[in-house]
Amino acid sequence: METLLPLMVGTLFAVGLYFILHRHLFKVILGLILFGLATNLFLFVIGGLTRGGSAIISGEHEVAVEPYADPVPQALLLTAIVIGFGIQAFSIVLIRRVYMTFKSNNVDDLNKENEHH
Amino acid sequence: MPSDLLLVLPLLLPLYGALLCLAFWQREQWQTILAGVFQVAWLVAGVLLLRRVLHLEVVSTQIGNWPAPFGITLAADVLSALILVTAGVIGLAVYLFSLQGLDITRRRFGYYPLLLLLQMGVSGVCLTGDLFNLYVWFELLLICCFALLSLGGTKGQLEGTFKYVTINFLASGLLLTGIGTMYSLYGSLNLAELALLVRQPEHPNLPLLSMVSVFFLTGFGIKAAIFPLFFWLPASYHTPPVAISAFIAGLLTKVGIYTLIRLFTLLFISDLGFMLPLMVVLAALTMLIGVVGAAAQTDFKKILSFHIISQIGYMLMGLAIYTPLALAGSVFFIVHNILVKTNLFLISGIVAQRYRTSSLKRLGGVYLQQPMLSVLFILSALSLAGTPPSSGFWGKLMLARAGLEAGQYVLVGVSLFVSIITLFSMTKIWNEVFWKPRPVSIRKGSLVTPVNPLRLWQLYLPVTMLLGVILLIGVYARPLVRLSERAAERLLHIEPYTNTVLPKKAAN
Repeated sequence: METLLPLMVGTLFAVGLYFILHRHLFKVILGLILFGLATNLFLFVIGGLTRGGSAIISGEHEVAVEPYADPVPQALLLTAIVIGFGIQAFSIVLIRRVYMTFKSNNVDDLNKENEHH
Repeated sequence: MPSDLLLVLPLLLPLYGALLCLAFWQREQWQTILAGVFQVAWLVAGVLLLRRVLHLEVVSTQIGNWPAPFGITLAADVLSALILVTAGVIGLAVYLFSLQGLDITRRRFGYYPLLLLLQMGVSGVCLTGDLFNLYVWFELLLICCFALLSLGGTKGQLEGTFKYVTINFLASGLLLTGIGTMYSLYGSLNLAELALLVRQPEHPNLPLLSMVSVFFLTGFGIKAAIFPLFFWLPASYHTPPVAISAFIAGLLTKVGIYTLIRLFTLLFISDLGFMLPLMVVLAALTMLIGVVGAAAQTDFKKILSFHIISQIGYMLMGLAIYTPLALAGSVFFIVHNILVKTNLFLISGIVAQRYRTSSLKRLGGVYLQQPMLSVLFILSALSLAGTPPSSGFWGKLMLARAGLEAGQYVLVGVSLFVSIITLFSMTKIWNEVFWKPRPVSIRKGSLVTPVNPLRLWQLYLPVTMLLGVILLIGVYARPLVRLSERAAERLLHIEPYTNTVLPKKAAN
């Protein structure tokens, strides 16, 4: 897993960036989602992958029993997922609105419209 | 008032204001009154915090009373309080402008709550003492910004917002990557604790820290519109109505620069030998490209948008020179620029509202019709260009002196050259919009919106107020220079900051 996941992170970053650079509006959405996933997975992996117990301290112990997974990256990850979800939801609505207003799927048409003014 | 409360108030006031405004969604008048009350309250909270910080240097509090490296830390020093007060001033000005300068539909559909939440985000970025919270506050600020930019949903706005959202999403991804790497390096996200860990004598993983600093430079560089990451700014900032764009254009890029200054003085100090020369080059190019871009434009708001970029170069210049005087110059320049830029945007809004265009070719003769507005514009424009004794002059003087002392002759030369071009650009606006006679073909169509004098005065009021502050800074610069010097000193000597946030470590 330790070698597989970084590769996956890299692939996700690459694919996400490729799609964001695409002209097609729907692919831009896909790109944003994949890029968000890549950062989230990166956060998860870089915190260190630990198998074992949770970081909850049970009654008879003073500190958590080793080995336990570091809870901080998980908390960061959860927050990042929620924030990413909000922004992705907004951008999907925005892109739908762009599509309906410009009647076009192509990012280049947005600029053409602007030059006419 | 306890310091804890003073630190929390700039966050809570806009939040409560926004919630109350949302509760009165159907009643636009109530929203307006409430928003006004909370704008004033936000400014007052900022001023109180600044007074306290001047007294105690650094104040900090732990939300939920968890001790420092674990809990959520809020901390303020002179710099953050200064930015908050400036933001409060332009918040109030933009609010006053919106009373007459923004259409009723946009005001009904959540302009005031969004503006307040945006201000809460700004407070959060300025006051947070935690790297991850910094990211969260920035996201809060950005999502409000997205919504404000697209509020109203005209074609231009949608196009601008689309670009803005995409590039900012990328930037946030980079930041998050940097934050994750930082945590894996040091196992902490508290800024004060990280600052101590970074300064430990035997430093492991120095190259990795440099990599993280590049992540942050790129991420916040996009948000602050540094060369070569600025292309989104002129594509989006001119699209929404001025009551929206003035606040965003005036403040947001500067918040990005503020964060860069904070992080590169607090955390990423170990590899400055590589980063500073890079920043010198970036600052020079940012200044140049911004001003050259402005020279090619023929739209009032677009020229101003390009000038934002060029001014960002000056702020980065202070950070790149990295002496107390240079950082003080940067701080001074940030405060000056937030005020002047907002004011120029507001003026462009008054012109655009009256003549229904902001294209230089279609405008003209404003001087004859609105002499008062012309005076307001020319004074603000001279301030932006930095003619003595305006506020811009003092900022540039500090930066240039610091640059000469540090031997950065080329950078200083570029900055002075850019000042001249800025003056040229402002003269161009003056000639085209205010001085030249109105184009005949347009005059026949007579698109001038009739305005009653009372309404006009309500539009002039915030502009005059801001100009008053700008002129005051210009002719009586001493207090603000002192404040900037104190802020710079706090940036370079971090012991009070770490000792206040982590009192236990200091005792050991």
